[in-house]
Amino acid sequence: MSGPNTSFDPKQVASLDATAVAAVVDSALADIAAAGDLAALKEARLAHAGDRSPLALANREIGALPPAAKAEAGKRVGEARGRVAAALKERQEALERERDERVLVEESVDVTLPTDRRPLGARHPLTTVMERISDVFIAMGYEIAEGPEVEAEWVNFDALNVPPDHPARTMQDTFWVQSDDSGVVLRTQTSPIQLRAMLERDLPIYIAAPGRVFRTDDLDATHSPVFHQVEGLAVDRGITMSDLKGTLDHFATAMFGDGIRTRMRPSYFPFTEPSAEVDLECFVCRGASVANPDRPCRTCGSEGWIEWGGCGMVNPRVLQAAGIDPDEYRGFAFGMGVERTLMFRSGVSDMRDMVEGDARFTLAFGLEA
Amino acid sequence: MRAPMSWLRELVDIPAGQGGRDVAARLIAAGLEVESVESAGAGIQGTLRVGRVLDVEVLTEFKKPIRWCQVDVGEGTPRGVICGASNFEGGDLVVVALPGVVLPGGFEITARATYGKVSDGMICSERELGLGDSHDGIMVLPVGSATPGDDAGPVVGIGDEVLDIAITPDRGYALSIRGIAREVAIAYGVPFEDRGQELVDLPAPRADRAPQECGSEDPAGCDLFTMRTIVGFDPTAGSPVWMQQRLVACGMRPVSLAVDVTNYVMLELGQPLHAFDLDKLQGSVRAARAVDGTTFETLDHVVRTLTANDLVIRDDRGPIGLAGIMGGLETEIDDATTSIALEAAHFASDVTARASRRHGLSSEASRRFERGVDRDLAPYASARAAALLLQYGGGHYVGLTAVESPREARSIALPATLPGAVAGLPIPAETSVALLEVIGCVVAREGDVLAVQPPSWRPDLTDPIDLVEEVIRLHGYDKLPSTLPAAPLGRGMTRPQRMRRRVGMALAARGMAEVLSYPFVGEAELDAVRLPVGDERRRVPRLANPLSEEQPFLRGTLLPGLLAAARRNNGRGTSDLALFEIGAVYLGEVAAHSEVRPPVDRRPTDEEWAALSALLPHQPVHVGAVFTGQREPQGWWGPAVPAGWADAIEVARTVAEACGVEVDMTAGADPSFHPGRCAAVRVAGRIVGVAGELHPRVVEAYGLPERAAAMVLDLDQVIAAAPEVRPAPSVGSQPLAKEDVALVVDRAVPAAIVLAALRRGAGSLLESARLFDVYEGPQVPAGKKSLAFALRFRAADRTLDAAETAAARTAAVAEAQAACGAVLRS
Repeated sequence: MSGPNTSFDPKQVASLDATAVAAVVDSALADIAAAGDLAALKEARLAHAGDRSPLALANREIGALPPAAKAEAGKRVGEARGRVAAALKERQEALERERDERVLVEESVDVTLPTDRRPLGARHPLTTVMERISDVFIAMGYEIAEGPEVEAEWVNFDALNVPPDHPARTMQDTFWVQSDDSGVVLRTQTSPIQLRAMLERDLPIYIAAPGRVFRTDDLDATHSPVFHQVEGLAVDRGITMSDLKGTLDHFATAMFGDGIRTRMRPSYFPFTEPSAEVDLECFVCRGASVANPDRPCRTCGSEGWIEWGGCGMVNPRVLQAAGIDPDEYRGFAFGMGVERTLMFRSGVSDMRDMVEGDARFTLAFGLEA
Repeated sequence: MRAPMSWLRELVDIPAGQGGRDVAARLIAAGLEVESVESAGAGIQGTLRVGRVLDVEVLTEFKKPIRWCQVDVGEGTPRGVICGASNFEGGDLVVVALPGVVLPGGFEITARATYGKVSDGMICSERELGLGDSHDGIMVLPVGSATPGDDAGPVVGIGDEVLDIAITPDRGYALSIRGIAREVAIAYGVPFEDRGQELVDLPAPRADRAPQECGSEDPAGCDLFTMRTIVGFDPTAGSPVWMQQRLVACGMRPVSLAVDVTNYVMLELGQPLHAFDLDKLQGSVRAARAVDGTTFETLDHVVRTLTANDLVIRDDRGPIGLAGIMGGLETEIDDATTSIALEAAHFASDVTARASRRHGLSSEASRRFERGVDRDLAPYASARAAALLLQYGGGHYVGLTAVESPREARSIALPATLPGAVAGLPIPAETSVALLEVIGCVVAREGDVLAVQPPSWRPDLTDPIDLVEEVIRLHGYDKLPSTLPAAPLGRGMTRPQRMRRRVGMALAARGMAEVLSYPFVGEAELDAVRLPVGDERRRVPRLANPLSEEQPFLRGTLLPGLLAAARRNNGRGTSDLALFEIGAVYLGEVAAHSEVRPPVDRRPTDEEWAALSALLPHQPVHVGAVFTGQREPQGWWGPAVPAGWADAIEVARTVAEACGVEVDMTAGADPSFHPGRCAAVRVAGRIVGVAGELHPRVVEAYGLPERAAAMVLDLDQVIAAAPEVRPAPSVGSQPLAKEDVALVVDRAVPAAIVLAALRRGAGSLLESARLFDVYEGPQVPAGKKSLAFALRFRAADRTLDAAETAAARTAAVAEAQAACGAVLRS
C-alpha cells in the first residue's frame, strides 16, 4: 500500500492552462486539415500526436500538479488529445478514400490479358475414364487388380475354358508372340486378370481390372488393334446373376447418369455360363435410326444399341482351373470397352482420335474426361 | 448365317404381321446375335423385267469388248442394250432395268448414248440389284424359269427380308435355317416343322446295282458315315430358281444342281454333305486317319500334305477328301457326271478343328463340324438331298449304305434348385423342365434332381451350368431383378496404383499432355533412336503376326512412340509440345516353342505357375516425356522460353518428387541423347532413367524442332524406392539467418558436387541451400565459373547470433574448397 502523494510541485504549469491547450489544439487541427496526402498527414500525426508533441508533453506534466488541480488539467488535456485524434482519424479516412479513388484506379491493369504462360496439361481421357471406373468399384468395396499385357496363352485361353483348337479362339484375332507355338500372346481381353486374381487372392474376391488389350484389327473409325477394357470379378458364396445385373446397373448409372438404358441379352463367352452381352442405348441416334432409312446412324449401324461389353456367371470350369470349389463358390464377371465408354460419355466419334496422340485432343479433356 | 424370312416362314408359323425386325428382336432376346436385317433389293424403284437376249453383237473398237444386245422384254419390239459383261449368250434369260427404274444407291436408268449406240435399259448383276456381292457378271436366269416381260422381282427374290446372324461357337445348331427356325418357334410359342427328324420318301432302290460301299476306320473321329447312290442323273439339269435365289440370299453362289443341292440342304438342316462322282471312286469309301506325308489336291486346287492326325475320306487309291472340311479334286462332280455318291457323315469337332487350323482351311463344312453337327442328322439330310437331286436331275435311286458306332447316352444331373440359385430368383422345377423340353431335352425328375438328356443337335450342353443357362435365357434375362452383393471392406488402391495416378497428375499439372502410343516398333525406329545392336531395348519380343511387317517388335523403350506422337503433332502444326506417356515396356525375347501346358481341371502347381511365368518377358511400367519448340510462349510478359534439356530433367525430378523419392542427376550417356546434355537419373545411386536433350540425329530423323528434349524413367523402380511413410519435418519458428556465397570453381565441376559439399560443411544449422546464379565471363578467370548460392540457417531453439551463422558459412565454404577447389569470390 502506497502512502499519500505529497511530493507535488505546488507551482502551476503554464502549458496546462486552458489558453495554451486551446492554441495547441488549434494549431494541430489546422495542420491536419492542411495535410494534402497520407505522407503529410503522417508528419502532422508525429507533430501533434507523437511522443514529443506538445499535448503528449503536457500530459506528462499532469502528474506534477497538486492533487486538486490534477483532475481538471487531466480532463482538459484528455479532451484536447481526443479532438486531435478524432481529427487525425477523420482526415486519415478521407485521404485513404481519396487514394483508393485515385491511385488504385491509376494502377489498374487489363485483366483480360492472356495468362497462358504455363497452361495446365492433361491426362489422356482413357486414363481418367479408367480411373473413374476404378473409383466407382473401389467405392463398392472392390480392389484394383492387374496383370501383364504379354500373357501366357494358358492364362489367356486354356484356363478360361478356351481349349486349343476351340472355335472360340477364332472369336478374338490374337497376336502371337514369336510363334503360334510359343505359349505367349498379347492378351486379347482383360479376363486373364480374373484368373490371376483367383490364383493370387484370398476368397471372397471382388476386383476390377482396367487394362490394355490387343486384337489383330486394323485401325479405323471404330476399331483399334490396341484398346482398353475394364474387367470386373466377384467370387463369393451365393453370388447370383441378379447380383451381376444390379452391379452393372449401378456401374452404368455411375458412369452415364440416371436414366441411361441398358439391356442384357444372352450370348456366349467360354469363361462365363450363363453369358450375356450388355448393351447401352446408342448415344447418337437414341434409337431414332431403327427402321428409319431417312435417318441412318453410322455409330450403331441403325440398330439403336451399341455393345458395351460382355458378362456372365463365372464358368465352374474356370473356378476349377483356379482351384476354387465350384460347389461352394460362384462368381460373376464382366468386361467393358473403355473406348466405348468414353465415346458414350464424351461423344468421341472416331477411334483414331484416341490413339494418335494429338495433343489438341488430349488437352481438351484436362484432368478428368 | 443369313436367314431369309421366306425360308423361316416355311418351317415356322410366324404370326401374321411380324416382320424381319420383330423376329430379329425376339432372336436377340433369345441370344442369337442378329447383326442386321436387310431387305433384298432394298432401294429399287420401279419394276424389273425378265428379258431374253435375242442377239449379241460384240463391238471390238473399244478398250474392252462391249456387247450390243437385242433383248426381248415382252414388248413385241426388242430393246437395244449395251452391256460390258460377257457371261451370257443369245437365248439367255436376264434381268433388265428399263429407263425410269431406280437401282439401289439412287442410280436412275435412262436411255443414253454410249459406245456409239443408244442403250435403252440395263442388264443387271446381283450386285447392282443389291442382292449379293458377286462380281462374276450379270444374273442369268435358268432356262424356262420365266417369260420375257414378267416382273423379275419375285423371280430373283426382291422384297424378302434376310436376317444376318453372328453365330457364337456354342450354337452350332443355329448354323442352319432349322436351328434358327426352332428358336423363332420357341420365341413365339408356335409349332415348328423339324425337317431334321422327318425322313422324306425316296423311291425304292434299284435292285440291279449295289450302292457305293462306305465305312469308318476311325470311330472316334467319325461315328456315323452314310452314302446314298444315284445313277442316271442328268448333268445338264439346272437347279430351280427358288433354290438359287435362296443360296444367293444366304451368300452362296449357285454352281450346278448337284453342288447347289448339297449346299441348300446344308443351309437348311446344318448337315454338310459332299457329292462324289461315283464313276471316279475306286472301291469302298471310308473315313480313316491319313498316312503321314501323303498328298492330295483339294477342290481349291491346293495340294495338301497330310499328317497322321488328319482324318480323311479315302478310297482304294488313297485320300479323296479332308473329312468335314473339303473334298478332293480328283473325285469332283463335273458337267459330265451322271452317277453320284452322296456322303453325309458325323465328324468329331476337335478333329475337324485341328485339321482346319493345321491346313489353314476353313469352309462352310468345317465351320459347322467345329461347332458340332447334330449327331443323328446325316441320314435325314442325305435323304432330303437325294430327293431333290432326283426331282430336278432325274436318275434312279440306288440305295443307302451306312456305318454307325453306338451312340453315347448323355444324361446330365441338374439339381432342380440350381437355375433359380444361379439366377437369384425363384424358378420352380416345373418351369425348368418345361423350358428344357422346349429346346428338345428329355427330362426325368428324380427327387431334387432333374436327369436331362440333351437333344442330338445340342452337343454344347455338357455341364449342369449349360442347362442353367438355357433355363435362365428362355425364362428371360429381362426378368432378373437388380440386386447387389455385399462386398467385403476393400483397402482401396495399392501404393503403386496411387503413385502412378500422382505422377500422371503431377506431369499434367506441369502442362504436359498424356499420350497412349501403340507398343509396336520396327527396326527403322530403333535405328532412328540410335539404339546399337545388342542394346537390351532391342532384345524384345517379336510378334509372329504383326499388323505391319514394318513394326514386328514390342517396345523396349517409350521413346519411339513419344517421338512418333511428337512428329504427328508437328505435322499437324503443333510444334510447341510437352507430351508424356506412362506404360509398359517389354524386355527380353520369347522362345518360339513352349511345352508348358498345365491341365485345367485343377489349380496349377507352384512349379507349373513358375514355368508359365518364365515364358513371359519382363514388363516394367515406364514413364517418358518429350518436349519440342517453346516451353513458354512469347507474351506480354516477355519473350518465349525455348524447351530444352532442363525441362526434361525437371520433369524427371517431378516424377520422383510425386513419389517422395530423392533423385540425383549425374552426367549420363545414352545413344538417343546429346552426349554433353544428358543426365543419368539415379535413385540411391542406381540409374533408373535418362533425361536431357535428344541427339541431333534423332531430332533430325523425326523431323522435330531442334533442341528437342526427352526423358524416360523406370517408374516401377522409382515407386519401389518410395518411402512407406514420409516423416514430418520439424518446422522451426525461430528467426531465419540468410547468407549468400559465390564460389569460383573449374568450369567442369558439376554444380551438384559443390552444393553437396556446402551442405555437408554447413552442418545441422543449414535449413536450405539453393543455387541461384551461374556466371562465366570476364569477372572470373578463364576456364572458371562462379556459382552463387543462397544459404538459409535456422536453429530449432534459439535465435542464431552473427558469429554462429558466420561460422557455419565459413565451414560450408571450407568444405566446398576441400571437395572441389572452390574459392570464395570476393
